[in-house]
Amino acid sequence: MDGTAAARLTSLAGIVGLWVVASVLTADPLVLPAPWALIEPLVREIGSGELPYHLWRTLVRVAWAFVLAMSIGVAIGYLMGTRPRLDRWLDPWLVVFLNLPALVLIVLCYLWIGLNETAAIAAVTLNKIPNVVTVVREGARALDPELGAMARVYRMSRPAQARHVVLPQLAPYLAAAARGGAAVIWKIVLVVEFLGRSNGIGFKIHMYFQLFDVRMVLIYALSFVVVMLVVEAAVLQPWEGRVRRWRTA
Amino acid sequence: MIHVDVRRKAFNGREILRDIRLDVAPGERVAVLGPSGVGKSTLLRIVAGVDTAFEGRVDRPDNIAIVFQEPTLLRWRTVLANLLLTHRGLRPEMARAMLARVGLAEKTEDFPGQLSLGQQRRVALARAFVGRPELLILDEPFVSLDPGTAEEMIALTEGLIAETRPAVLLVTHEPREAERLGQRICRLGGSPATLAC
Repeated sequence: MDGTAAARLTSLAGIVGLWVVASVLTADPLVLPAPWALIEPLVREIGSGELPYHLWRTLVRVAWAFVLAMSIGVAIGYLMGTRPRLDRWLDPWLVVFLNLPALVLIVLCYLWIGLNETAAIAAVTLNKIPNVVTVVREGARALDPELGAMARVYRMSRPAQARHVVLPQLAPYLAAAARGGAAVIWKIVLVVEFLGRSNGIGFKIHMYFQLFDVRMVLIYALSFVVVMLVVEAAVLQPWEGRVRRWRTA
Repeated sequence: MIHVDVRRKAFNGREILRDIRLDVAPGERVAVLGPSGVGKSTLLRIVAGVDTAFEGRVDRPDNIAIVFQEPTLLRWRTVLANLLLTHRGLRPEMARAMLARVGLAEKTEDFPGQLSLGQQRRVALARAFVGRPELLILDEPFVSLDPGTAEEMIALTEGLIAETRPAVLLVTHEPREAERLGQRICRLGGSPATLAC
């Protein structure tokens, strides 16, 4: 565990080092400021409450879209993976939605639902569901039929089968979907905010983009990256370690 | 009383089983002998209620246990949990006693992956007997074991059957196993397969 933590920190320090080198080479703080040049405005943004407020708005949208996309995507993916007939009917839909550009879905949601929170979250969710479905469908196809037969003969209840037979087999696929999910979702949330919201990180980046303020764009983008790294280390990795315990025991 | 009447079973239009009638009295042990690929496992899955896509009917008790060719354990749950999860209302001390009976008293908190294949099969046996089933279905449970281990497993199974007295339906391609565990031996053969007792 200490070894992996050390590797992570060194690797992150490498990124910062690269940044320092690049900022020295460009030698123009308007194009690429050095990392320490961000500290003063960062403290100011946190002090004024601006950054925490917009960060929170974005986080709420990410959380909503994540929960919705995961639950709907897992349900559809499981059904498609276990029912070949349904799979044949829904697969063309999946291909259509997988290939619909995120931007198109976002614009259409804003046009049809209106410039509001529902449209924003619906757009992100719709963008993410097809990916979750694809990953979970693979997992559902790989379910061991013998274990299913065993569970039925021993008359395990439906909830018990879901919890002890199906979900542990799907766990690696769910983890992959969640991992990829969180990262993709926050990128789409930013686009959604950029195009049609009046708060959130994406809105602030839009504003500072128009002011050509690279410093503030970096501050807002990186603050969310930090939040995601914390979520990864504090939530996803311990959870994965727990569900994988039986493999390493 | 177990009553099996399978008029027809087909996979993708190819008929596998036809006109199979079999009655098993409580506590009776029936061995179904037949070459590999004849449809023995298909018949077992129908009797167990796993496969319901056939013409005919099967009357079976509610309390059934099954032992597959592979251990078929929940590898992400402990050995003890494997017994408890498959039997609602089973007391942990009963499960522990059964695990001790098959020689795994020390292994209750291990995951199946930490056990040898022979030990995993013992867990599968313990799981089958711990619920005192009215019908026990054995699908080639001693296949691919070396002769020494197979003998040990057969002896253990014999002992457990004598203690719990379930009706037993065993399928195997090994006449010696059929003779040792079965009171009555039926042969499954032909295409589509029929049963001769």
